[in-house]
Amino acid sequence: MFRQLSILIKKEFRQIFRNKSILAIIFVAPMMQLLILPLAANYEIKNINLAVVDQDHSTLSRDLINDITSSGYFRIYYYGASYDAAYETLEEEKSDLILQIPQNFEKNLVRENSQKISIAINAINGTKAGLSGTYLSAILKKFNQKINIQYHPQIAEKIKNSGLEVRSSLWFNQTYNYRLSLVPGILVFLITLVAGMLSALNIVAEKEIGTIEQINVSPIKKSNFILGKTIPFWILGNVVFTIGLLISRFIYGIEIHGNLLLLYFFVAIYLMVVLGYGLLISTFSETQQQAMFINFFFVMIFILMSGLFTPIESMPNWAQKITYFNPLRYMIEIVRLIILKDSKLTDLFPQISALIAMAVVFNSLAIWNYRKRG
Amino acid sequence: MIFGMPIVQVLLFGFALSTEIKNTKIAVFDQDKTQESAQLLEKINQNLYFDIAENIRSDKEFEQVFKTGEKKVILNIPRGFSKNINNAEKTDIQLIVDGIDINLANQITNFLENIATDFYTKKQLQTTNQMVIKPEIRMLYNPQLKGAPNFVPGVMAMILLIVCVMMTAISIVKEKETGTMEILLVSPMKPAFIIISKAVPYLFLSLLILVSILILSVTLLELPIHGSLFLLFAVSFVYITVSLLLGILISIFTQTQQQAMLISLLGMMLPTLLLSGFMFPIENMPIPLQVISNIIPAKWYYLMIKNIMIKGTGLFIIWKELLVLLGMMGVLFVVAIKKFKIRLE
Repeated sequence: MFRQLSILIKKEFRQIFRNKSILAIIFVAPMMQLLILPLAANYEIKNINLAVVDQDHSTLSRDLINDITSSGYFRIYYYGASYDAAYETLEEEKSDLILQIPQNFEKNLVRENSQKISIAINAINGTKAGLSGTYLSAILKKFNQKINIQYHPQIAEKIKNSGLEVRSSLWFNQTYNYRLSLVPGILVFLITLVAGMLSALNIVAEKEIGTIEQINVSPIKKSNFILGKTIPFWILGNVVFTIGLLISRFIYGIEIHGNLLLLYFFVAIYLMVVLGYGLLISTFSETQQQAMFINFFFVMIFILMSGLFTPIESMPNWAQKITYFNPLRYMIEIVRLIILKDSKLTDLFPQISALIAMAVVFNSLAIWNYRKRG
Repeated sequence: MIFGMPIVQVLLFGFALSTEIKNTKIAVFDQDKTQESAQLLEKINQNLYFDIAENIRSDKEFEQVFKTGEKKVILNIPRGFSKNINNAEKTDIQLIVDGIDINLANQITNFLENIATDFYTKKQLQTTNQMVIKPEIRMLYNPQLKGAPNFVPGVMAMILLIVCVMMTAISIVKEKETGTMEILLVSPMKPAFIIISKAVPYLFLSLLILVSILILSVTLLELPIHGSLFLLFAVSFVYITVSLLLGILISIFTQTQQQAMLISLLGMMLPTLLLSGFMFPIENMPIPLQVISNIIPAKWYYLMIKNIMIKGTGLFIIWKELLVLLGMMGVLFVVAIKKFKIRLE
């Protein structure tokens, strides 16, 4: 039985290593991506382009604009008196928001104690718009305080002595490293992509070429055949993960705070899940093209519903339930928690149970669905 | 199947994706335990963005709070909080934020700070008569700050690209693998015709996919199409052609279906996702990546679709982007024909 298995594994490895270009794609492409892409993911909202319509031209309006730009979040793209011209820059995506200061702004403020300025934000990107509004409101609050001190000296003392200070400290990431969340996530995604795709294409390829008939008439056992298909890719997955881990440690400087053994234990189980998923697709499809499309469909869902790019908490309830069936979601959490926070097995109990359950279900379905005489 | 999958994806992502930080779970260490601190917590809990998930009893528990990855922030209210508020003296509260995802951490800090200062000023304003400048904020194009207007054009660009590239690449390489390509090559057909006839069916299929995506976006996701439909289709036509040409190119350089698929999926998916601008703002990237992003067709298509559908702009604003795509189309076509001929010899 073991002799049979080892021969099968040898055969798979030979096939993998024979095809040099595929080997290159498996190793080089993911690594290149891991090296380049995390640099792209800076979501910090700064450099918000401002179109200012100043119809007051007073010292106060200039002070206000000055305070806004010196905050560091905003820069002025347009300054003038015409709303239409400002709107045009918004339409061309040159500016992100229009700030309009009305005529007699300063005069009316002194007289009525209250004034409005209107802000129109391009909200197609809702997050950016929301944050821009928040930043501006915060700046305005400070500005209000400043002018109160200036215009009402009688309460100036009181204002100066009051105020709420929110002291915030960032844990696990003192150096403001933007790559901390993305690198482990992309690493997990890449091993999913490579391992899932290879195993999904594998049995189908034998079906398409016709060699599966030969295996079917040989005395190879069903379980041995599946294992022989799985183990080589499992090893490859581990190798790719290790290289990626080295890149994240030595190129991105992400230190591994947790237990390496625990990490590899999880990787081992996760690869079982992914390979089981690939095999399942493989047994269901007739052609490689078909397998590829099904795989593409799920891979897209896996990555976009994993919480890597958008928080799971912000999805509607039914969509959050879908993420419970997404292995990538659990694995990204696990890798982040172990590497960055030194979480222990006991902290990761829900994730590990979900992964084990998926591994069992996918693999048994795949074996059950693979009919030797098919 | 090729038809149904993209549609399911657009719908799913259109509903599910949003970078807003709704329902972020926070842990609270309330050392003050007064009416005021309870009021502040109540206010935070009522906010759509936050859910108070845990009350901590001691600062020794801080570390453990973050270990499961569920809670993202600890709010620490010191003793004397209410006394300071009522006497209008300087008060402070502490936020400890899980900094792994800096983007998220920044947003959380900002929102919580806003709620807290708002709470504080409301308490103070009752006692003094101060001058205020109030911002009157209007959200243009997307008043409810939904995720769909941003994500649907992006997902659309991505799905069309990958489907087109993969379909053409695989279909041509398959002919190579099975040997039927030889027959085509010895026939009196011109190489250009072989290429075109390979691409045209997929062009129509992609346009059909596009139509169904658009219908569903308008009816189910309530996305507007403010601009001209004709322009929308013209632009999509160019984009789809570019994608098909990319697929043809890949098929020319590869020998087996597996290679073609690995390249189309590995090489296209992440770069398109990350560099086209719909996930992460391009202006924040390092300069080399900003330069690279220019060769991603999806970036230009995404910009145009967003403008046409949601803002309703016309050709006079997006002609530059369209020109870039047309340029890509020309270059790819020439390269494809050149390379195809070489194989003949």
